[in-house]
Amino acid sequence: MTETTVNVDRGAAAIDVQNLHKYFGDNEVLKGIDFHIGRGEVVCVVGPSGSGKSTLLRCVNMLEQPTSGTILVEGDEITDPDADVDALRARIGMVFQSFNLFPHMTVLRNLTVAQEKVLKRGRAESVEIARANLEKVGLSDKADAYPAHLSGGQQQRVAIARALSMNPDMMLFDEPTSALDPELVGDVLAVMKSLAAEGMTMMVVTHEMGFAREVADKVVFMDGGVIVEEGAPADVLGNPQHERTQAFLSRVL
Amino acid sequence: MTDAAVVPKKRMSPRKRAALVRYVQYALLLLLVLFIILIADWGEIRRAFLDLDIAGAQFPNVIVIALKNTIIYTACGFAFGLALGLVLALMRLSSVGPYRWISTGIIELFRGLPALVVFLVLGLGYSLAFGKQLPGGNLGTVTLALGLVGGAYMAETIRAGIQAVPKGQYEAARTLGMTHTRAMVTIVLPQAFRVILPPLTNELILLTKDSSLVYILGLSLDEYELTAFGREAMNANANLTPMVTIALCYLLITVPLSIVVRRMEAKSGKAR
Ligand SMILES: Nc1ncnc2c1ncn2[C@@H]1O[C@H](COP(=O)(O)OP(=O)(O)OP(=O)(O)O)[C@@H](O)[C@H]1O
Ligand SMILES: [Mg+2]
Repeated sequence: MTETTVNVDRGAAAIDVQNLHKYFGDNEVLKGIDFHIGRGEVVCVVGPSGSGKSTLLRCVNMLEQPTSGTILVEGDEITDPDADVDALRARIGMVFQSFNLFPHMTVLRNLTVAQEKVLKRGRAESVEIARANLEKVGLSDKADAYPAHLSGGQQQRVAIARALSMNPDMMLFDEPTSALDPELVGDVLAVMKSLAAEGMTMMVVTHEMGFAREVADKVVFMDGGVIVEEGAPADVLGNPQHERTQAFLSRVL
Repeated sequence: MTDAAVVPKKRMSPRKRAALVRYVQYALLLLLVLFIILIADWGEIRRAFLDLDIAGAQFPNVIVIALKNTIIYTACGFAFGLALGLVLALMRLSSVGPYRWISTGIIELFRGLPALVVFLVLGLGYSLAFGKQLPGGNLGTVTLALGLVGGAYMAETIRAGIQAVPKGQYEAARTLGMTHTRAMVTIVLPQAFRVILPPLTNELILLTKDSSLVYILGLSLDEYELTAFGREAMNANANLTPMVTIALCYLLITVPLSIVVRRMEAKSGKAR
């Protein structure tokens, strides 16, 4: 993949969130988030349950409608009422905690269906891309299996391959390993590490502090709908400045 | 338990008692059957219900006209009902308020009315009021009537099926860039229909029987379905054999469908 035009005036911003507010009814879940991910950066979002991490992630691809604020994805304003949200979403891969593979389709079909229906790729090309991505996540032999016959770790790797098959500009992960048995977590994290090493832009909500420390360029700590602290993993995780960060880390580490 | 024999015999054990009750039930049933066999006038019954000459005379018309028309009426009504049910279900789930109200109104109306009333209004009522039949004649009327009655029921079934598909399926589809319509058609509806295939097949069985209500429209001979056909032949012969014939024809449709439903239910029960 070669990017010929680089959006210079936005810097190298892959995701740019400005003053984002989100209400569910009267409940203000995001209270003015400013947030920036550069191209090729890996950002881990950590924080206690209910702090708004998933909501922030889901606002980035408009699965949740922000109440106010601006979100730019590769320089395009996804929050613009006239934006082609479907086309923008096709450029943003997303991996869910609960995998969400399509159970009525084989693994291969899971990987080709959106390529064909959304990107209008031909059958042969879609299959070729799908197989390449299955190989990348180490599941070439599962192409014809149905999701129900795979382990959780395998399902999650298929979900990652499905997202990659759309050749996205960036990937969003919402606690990708939280639903997995401990012994299956490693395989999924390994795939994510190799993605990061390839230079994929990644926003990862996670409780895996080891992964954050090792892979992230930046760690963001959220609590109560605001970003309390952000910075290099060594700083935020190793030497937190804020009391709430310290309290959270002492509980999870 | 060594001195069990010394203990005076206690009351019968529950298992023995259950066995005794079962034997008594079998004995009663046997007596009843014997009684009926002895008291019944078999010659008379055979003459009234199983006259082979009369039965033979119903063929081939009971198949090539009556059974065929029952299948056509039911299939048309079911097809229209399924389409209508799908539209009503999607309206019911719409975020647009008026769509939801309209669909709820239609569903409640046609679920609440006896099918006979719907046939009376659409058939006789319409032609009385407007001096002409609904477009498509009797076939059009029966399609509309069965479709409305069946569609109202199927709408609720389809809605429940759609809601049974986890929200994450729809979200995953949208995340891959699919539009709302594409996500529904390719991801959600196929999964919903898998769940609701058994209840939809049951609805098909119900509609097969309801198709007999078409008789109130006043049919020409070649429009007769099973019930109208059987009734006519019963009157002409003053004999019940034609009714037995058409009953068997109904079962020819409904029993295989029931078996299919049971198979599907057993299979989905195992999958879970
Ligand atoms: N669809 C919704 N409707 C109403 N309230 C919601 C909805 N989704 C989330 N919330 C509320 O928003 C708040 C933040 O939820 P969110 O899922 O973003 O938290 P989180 O940081 O991802 O937590 P967790 O670690 O448990 O996943 C919670 O109080 C939650 O109850
Ligand atoms: Mg969450």
